[in-house]
Amino acid sequence: MVLQVIAFCLLAITTVVAALMVISARNPVHSVLFLITTFFSTAGLFVLLGAEFLAMILVVVYVGAVAVLFLFVVMMLDVDFVALRQGFARYLPIGGIVAGVLTVEMFIVAGSVVSGGATALSRGSLYHPGSAGSVTNAEAIGRVLYTDYVYFFQAAGVVLLIAMIGAIVLTLKHREGVKRQDIGAQVGRTTAKGMRLVNIKSGEGIDA
Amino acid sequence: MTIGLFHYLTVAAILFTIGVLGIFVNRKNVIVILMSIELILLAVNINLVSFSVYLHDVVGQIYALFVLTVAAAEAAIGLAILVTFFRNRGDIAVDDASVMRG
Repeated sequence: MVLQVIAFCLLAITTVVAALMVISARNPVHSVLFLITTFFSTAGLFVLLGAEFLAMILVVVYVGAVAVLFLFVVMMLDVDFVALRQGFARYLPIGGIVAGVLTVEMFIVAGSVVSGGATALSRGSLYHPGSAGSVTNAEAIGRVLYTDYVYFFQAAGVVLLIAMIGAIVLTLKHREGVKRQDIGAQVGRTTAKGMRLVNIKSGEGIDA
Repeated sequence: MTIGLFHYLTVAAILFTIGVLGIFVNRKNVIVILMSIELILLAVNINLVSFSVYLHDVVGQIYALFVLTVAAAEAAIGLAILVTFFRNRGDIAVDDASVMRG
């Protein structure tokens, strides 16, 4: 139990500090690296909660795909990031006020949920239909995801497909003057079209 | 001292607040704004998963999975728009993006 407390404190502090560094780092590349740290420590929190499947998905999807995508874009764009930081100090007070109000509100809500609204809340085995014994986290998710929520699952797939098509359509650029192989023209070429017999009189050249 | 639901909700609340603060202070930098949105969605995911565990209902984790999907799609589209915008303007300052026409 003590080990759990220590692990939670470490992961929570890492998450919060890395998130703070994401928004305050001067170099956006450092921001992305701190974002990866945040994702990793949040995955650790998920493991601590007992949601191993989601933790691994978080690492694969966020660290493996989203953060790397961010890293690519940040390194690809040749932008003066120092100029983009102007106004950091100017917006800090109002941002701090909004953030403070938001934190206080959410603390009150969380406190009331834990103390009054849901005293029955306690950790335990997850809801798993049609099973007597305890199942792993991934199996519990699969049992619900592929039965009750199968249409939502497929809708998520459609969302990803549309996002992929959208990203390709947005960034595809047709360059002029690039030589490409035209297989149709190659196959459709005949002797008659490809060759021309020219009678050259002596003393004269060919004017193509 | 044992770790309870309140602690996880606290971490999520702080993370959400940091995300909102990031949008405020990095008003010109679209990339950091996109990262702040990712932080906010991550905070929402922590809330969903912790409530899922403490309510003994796995549906919260499935919802978190869908939030993850939408976050990935949003990041892909957002960065694609960013790259197109950079190609057209040579800059990514948000202030220049006040009109829709290119």
